[in-house]
Amino acid sequence: MKDQLKAIETEALEKIAKTEDIKKLQDIKVAYLGKKGSLTSVLRGMGKLSKEERPVVGELANAVRQQITASLEEKMEKLEQIALEKQLEQEAIDVTLPGRPIKLGGPHLLTKIMEEIEDLFIGMGFEVREGPEVETDYYNFEALNLPKNHPAREMQDTFFITKDLLMRTQTSPVQARTMEAYGGNKPVKMISPGKVYRRDTDDATHSHQFTQIEGLYVDKHVRMSDLKGVLDIFAKKIFGNDRDIRLRPSFFPFTEPSVEMDISCKICQGKGCSVCKGSGWIEILGAGMVHPNVLSMAGYDPNVYSGFAFGMGPERIAMLKYGVKDIRQFYTNDIRFLKQYHNA
Amino acid sequence: MLVSLNWLKNYVDIKDMDPEVLAEKITKTGIEVDGIEYVAEKSENVVVGYVESCEEHPNADKLHLCQVDVGDETLQIICGAPNVAQGQKVAVAKPGAVLPGNFKIKKVKLRGVESNGMICSLQELGIEEKYVPKDAADGIYVFSEDVMVGDVVESLLNLNDAVLEFDLTPNRADCLSMLGVAYEVAAILDQPVQLPNPAPTMAKEAAQDFISVRVEAPEDNPYYGAFIIRDVTIKPSPLWMSNYLIAAGIRPINNVVDITNYVLLEYGQPLHAFDYDKLNSDQIAVRRAKDKEVLVTLDGHERILSHDHLVITNGAEPIALAGVMGGLATEVTDSTKNVLLEAAYFTGDVVTNAVKETGLRSESSTRFTKGVDPNRVKEAGIRACELLEKYADATILSGVVEYDQLDRSEKQVEMDMHEMNRRLGTNLQADDVKNALKRLKFNYEQKASTFIVHVPTRRGDITIFEDMLEEVARIYGYDNLPYTLPDGVGQAGGLTERQQLIRNIKKLLEGAGLMESHTYSLISQETKDQLISPEVSEANYMPIQLALPMSEDHKYLRLSLLPEILRVLAYNKARNQLDLGYYEIGKTFLTQETVLTKQPDERLRLAGALTGNWLHHPWQQEKKQVDFYVVKGILERLFDYLGFSVEYKPFKHKDMHPGRTASLHLQGKTIGFLGQVHPRIQNQWDLKETYVFDINLEELLVAYKPVTSYQEVPKYPSIGRDIAFVIDESILADDIKKVIKEVGKPLVKDVSVFDVYEGENLEAGKKSVAYHIVYQHPEKTLTDNEIQASYDHIIDAVKEKYQAYIRS
Repeated sequence: MKDQLKAIETEALEKIAKTEDIKKLQDIKVAYLGKKGSLTSVLRGMGKLSKEERPVVGELANAVRQQITASLEEKMEKLEQIALEKQLEQEAIDVTLPGRPIKLGGPHLLTKIMEEIEDLFIGMGFEVREGPEVETDYYNFEALNLPKNHPAREMQDTFFITKDLLMRTQTSPVQARTMEAYGGNKPVKMISPGKVYRRDTDDATHSHQFTQIEGLYVDKHVRMSDLKGVLDIFAKKIFGNDRDIRLRPSFFPFTEPSVEMDISCKICQGKGCSVCKGSGWIEILGAGMVHPNVLSMAGYDPNVYSGFAFGMGPERIAMLKYGVKDIRQFYTNDIRFLKQYHNA
Repeated sequence: MLVSLNWLKNYVDIKDMDPEVLAEKITKTGIEVDGIEYVAEKSENVVVGYVESCEEHPNADKLHLCQVDVGDETLQIICGAPNVAQGQKVAVAKPGAVLPGNFKIKKVKLRGVESNGMICSLQELGIEEKYVPKDAADGIYVFSEDVMVGDVVESLLNLNDAVLEFDLTPNRADCLSMLGVAYEVAAILDQPVQLPNPAPTMAKEAAQDFISVRVEAPEDNPYYGAFIIRDVTIKPSPLWMSNYLIAAGIRPINNVVDITNYVLLEYGQPLHAFDYDKLNSDQIAVRRAKDKEVLVTLDGHERILSHDHLVITNGAEPIALAGVMGGLATEVTDSTKNVLLEAAYFTGDVVTNAVKETGLRSESSTRFTKGVDPNRVKEAGIRACELLEKYADATILSGVVEYDQLDRSEKQVEMDMHEMNRRLGTNLQADDVKNALKRLKFNYEQKASTFIVHVPTRRGDITIFEDMLEEVARIYGYDNLPYTLPDGVGQAGGLTERQQLIRNIKKLLEGAGLMESHTYSLISQETKDQLISPEVSEANYMPIQLALPMSEDHKYLRLSLLPEILRVLAYNKARNQLDLGYYEIGKTFLTQETVLTKQPDERLRLAGALTGNWLHHPWQQEKKQVDFYVVKGILERLFDYLGFSVEYKPFKHKDMHPGRTASLHLQGKTIGFLGQVHPRIQNQWDLKETYVFDINLEELLVAYKPVTSYQEVPKYPSIGRDIAFVIDESILADDIKKVIKEVGKPLVKDVSVFDVYEGENLEAGKKSVAYHIVYQHPEKTLTDNEIQASYDHIIDAVKEKYQAYIRS
């Protein structure tokens, strides 16, 4: 009987090894381990064995059963694996076909530039203040040291609504409003981004509506060298670490001294080219030390407080940074223009 | 201001500095130089020639055959100019010469006769037409002076002069004069200034015997000086003077006019010459004009004056509008013999008024408006007399007849060294300051660490410490300032919650596929009332109009962002960009006043417009055009983010599709609308089916409450039930939903529509709407019985309220 069991085991294992088909493997299982299987029928003859032989043969029979079962399972797993692989192979798709599109929206280039500048100054402890676009003559001009008939009013052509109300020509009124709100005894550190309006005919370099970002820092002991230091950080962050700045004299009624800030031209490395008109420098923004009249009108004692202010045009910065040639591009909103700056 | 370097060299030694280098120094230290122009493009081989003979061309009517001595040879030249004549000294381009425009002169034959060169006009030499004196405009240029035959014309006519274009800021009126520029350049280069120091010869006769001066408006005219000049000979100006005027952008006229212009540019002091014999009086009286008084000005226009204007009169009638323009009746002409020369100080305000009302902006008015130097008024007159004596062969009567209440004192500005260093962040020493003051030619006294600066009257812009700070700092050099960072008390910068929320909303809409636009706030008459949101039109807000718009397209302040966003769609569609979705956040300007007396309310709105395909995925046959529900989906996403439950109601709007428009309501308030634009408006913009939304962003910002607490995630399972009602077509899906929610309280957690059906198997006018109802209890698992009871209850309620029945 032992020999019989051994023979069954050898035969079964051999068959299992040879089989490469799941269905046949299941047949093998039935043929050996099923109710009418050969191993089962051998075991049925156990009753005829002696008392001594029975446990020995029983143990052997169990071992054989386990061996066959294990082999069957192993083979089954392998065959199933192969079958699955085969099925997956048939499910293959063309990965080069286009995906289901999801529309890619995005911010306007001006917004990007403005948020970039906002975030830079926020990082230096500035807050972002906003103000009305329809301003009074007082905040747009007088509080900024531009009394009526001041020759500098001619610098800006203004859209008036009434004698006293106008479309703001600059975001500087927010300076005056913020200082007033702060009550003359607290430091002010703010930038004010927003839309401004000038009575211009739209062309490649003029727009009757554009944006500005104004900055103001008022505290005890603010120095002109601080202005230079802050503007240098601004220039390097926005235009690149290889840029230098220079200040040169200018005039704004609300600052004294007043300066224009230039950055070194990247295109020609300062040697002079068409972008910088041969000078090696590009004008970026106006700035200066807050005029004592502006401080005192807003309630700050100019003998105690000093400050600096600066103002820039995001359109100009975008034009320089990305080589945009025509300011009207910002306002026609051509989808092909805006899409270029998704990852700017 | 155009600054001729050759002219400037008369006052300050600029050596042979390259104009570019000088311009850069000036830009860095003082005034922005906008550009460098030359009087003319380069020419070569053009010399003075003497026309020895001039005969008619044998074969041509209008040509002349000239023999011209050019010094080393005599050239035969054919000239077509009508004014060429024997005995003239002219500019000759010899064979081989190059004229502006790279025009090369060669020997040629004209109608069979040889011509060896060309006699030139000023235009041919490169002088702009508008600066060419009138008598030289239609022919060749003829030297009026005794110039040497063979001399180089380029330098004689100052053609090689470099002219710097100063972009003057309003404060630097001092540089509206060559002397002012000289002081500036001298300070930059650390050089002395040479002044003209005029000293005309005075006749024995006294001016006061011929004229008296009376000023009745001293506050407008604190100084008036009258000079009497007799027996002037009107003729062309000397060559050097015409040259400088041309370089400065002024066309030479005749000696008297040119001299007043020359002194205006040299001293920055406007002068006016009257024909003395046309005064019809021996007095000058300055006063405010009477209302409706009339003056015919030099340009021939009749000016109706008012009390706001200052006039020069002959004691009876106006003869000039002070500081702006002279009168035609007393104009200096070729026949003028005797001249009354006015050198006066008019205040900026009175001249500004006149300029504003008459629109007459001139070299004179510009200078008065910005303020002239009180210490140069009289001297400028004397300078003009000197030149008239010399170049108009005139006799200058002695003395100036004047009214004089002019304050010529110098302002004193105190400058403390410590304060200065503290403001600049520098460590300047007294010697640095002294050096700067010396270069600026400012007198000063020093008391310990304080400088008391006597500011010359030419620098009317300097009145306070900060002005001096600028002067010293710029001469010291802004490049030499250190770089520092503020050392004040730090503060936390950052966006406010409102600003951050707006940024988040923008990101969310962009993530949903919308592109941000930036459009104009000023819109046209045609669009100002279009697509206004209901809560805006109901409140009777009206568009604000500009007093003086620049164009019809930008005349009104917008009440809605939508018209301009539609313009964006139209712009793109015209460029074959058809699948579009834009949004914008911007201000609208609200007032109920017909005449604005106070600032309008500025409210942010969130608006957008979509058209074309929203999804186009051809190879899997997926295509979705923008429709109401695409846009609503985007808004629902936004409201979901904000935690709002917004109600949509069918809504009629004149500019919107009557059946595809909804108004939006949040917490009982109307906050905007959404829908398809009326085909009439679509056609106006040449757009196909277009959907828009417009929301009062302020309401969203105010209503937004960020989550501040923890809510337990449900522990017990939810159970879903579906049901389909057949109802009248006119009943809204939301109506039924409301009933389900109301009746199902508190077990019904959520209700959503999952199917809408009309058509076959349903009677006309009916539709079937299927709802998925979610039941959940926070504290237990609901039993079938509990759910069934609620479910039955809901069915009964809907059946009763809407005559509905269940679709099986």
